[in-house]
Amino acid sequence: MSAHAKTISLTVNGTRVEASVPPRQHLGDFLRERELLTGTHLGCEHGVCGACTILIDGEPARSCITFAVACDGRSVTTVEGLDDDPVATELREAFSAEHGLQCGFCTPGMLVAARDVVLRRPDADNPAIRTAMSGNLCRCTGYVGIVNAIRRVIDARNTNAG
Amino acid sequence: MKAVDFDYAQPATLDAALELLSREDVMVRPVAGSQSLGPMLNLRLAQPELLVDITRIAELQAIRLDGDRLTIGACVTHARLEDGDYPDVTRGVLPSVAAVIAYRAVRNRGTIGGSLAHADPAADWVNVLTALGADVVIAGTGGRRTVPMTDFILGVFETALQPGEIVAEIHVPALSDRARWGYYKVCRKTGEFSHATGAVLIDPARGVQRCVAGATSGKPVVIDGPALFEGGCTEAAMAAHLAGSPAADDPIALKTHTVALKRAIAQVMS
Repeated sequence: MSAHAKTISLTVNGTRVEASVPPRQHLGDFLRERELLTGTHLGCEHGVCGACTILIDGEPARSCITFAVACDGRSVTTVEGLDDDPVATELREAFSAEHGLQCGFCTPGMLVAARDVVLRRPDADNPAIRTAMSGNLCRCTGYVGIVNAIRRVIDARNTNAG
Repeated sequence: MKAVDFDYAQPATLDAALELLSREDVMVRPVAGSQSLGPMLNLRLAQPELLVDITRIAELQAIRLDGDRLTIGACVTHARLEDGDYPDVTRGVLPSVAAVIAYRAVRNRGTIGGSLAHADPAADWVNVLTALGADVVIAGTGGRRTVPMTDFILGVFETALQPGEIVAEIHVPALSDRARWGYYKVCRKTGEFSHATGAVLIDPARGVQRCVAGATSGKPVVIDGPALFEGGCTEAAMAAHLAGSPAADDPIALKTHTVALKRAIAQVMS
């Protein structure tokens, strides 16, 4: 443990957590190695691939370039914390139906980012979905299934609302 | 891909932050959203001994209208500028440009002041705020000073900030009703770093006719006057304006910069 360790207090998936963290530990490592929440995947670890995307106070963020120590007092939600989230539930079904995943490495980050698109951009056409999802890389699907899955959820919600 | 072992402080006031940043016994760096410094730390391109997180300082989060200019606190995020919960005096420049910075997950954390202090030539605010004629308010233990954008960015990752100083706020002048602006960047992939950026502003009420060529591997190149707007944005003209920068000697880079600026100009002429 670092000589510079700091005590932080935060909420992870609704549970209060107090921990001593080395300031250099990024949030992704904190979630995986201390909280054993291995649903958050670490790909590039410099903010490019999007696999580690989680929610901080409800907003998507890269857990690899956010340090755990900076999250004192914040509320963090990982893909595990979205089990009962209605939009995430619809997205999981749509990703399955539309072949929105193959190996699954990018999927946790895709779901967190896609949920943000569904909630924030209900008017998004397919090019807008692609632009909004451009910060999340997938090496299996070619993205068509991912875009179709998000399209399906947005359309269903708009139909139900209308 | 792990940062070096550094110490960390999260002061609640600007004075406390400046006190920490003035320490000379350790290598100290300010950090805001950590969306540029975070990768540099993970890659160990930056190896500070102490990070001073300035994001909990309330006064650096504020946006306010001061007469005919908008004052934006250094720690205001790109996402907030994108969402527009403030009086936009720039006729859409701020929200439109904020919306094309990297990705939403980055915009939620990254800040306007952090972007300026980092001074990547490809950064959106570095070039757009130069085109808008914004000023940067710098705070240090000795007080505050205001520096125009054209004197703030000195080169690649190089600014007018002295050791111990931080960007406190940015002053953005209001555009007049007749102002028109254009912005175009050439990126290999949506959200990735720009290879050539064109930012232009015409504001007849204030006598502004400004073109900025950005992402030139140097400070933004400012070209004032009507020449480029009147069909003068040619590769030959751009070679002259970019003289001295690596872009001027590379035919592909020169073409890319010419295209970026031409497309930005086309947005105001149409």
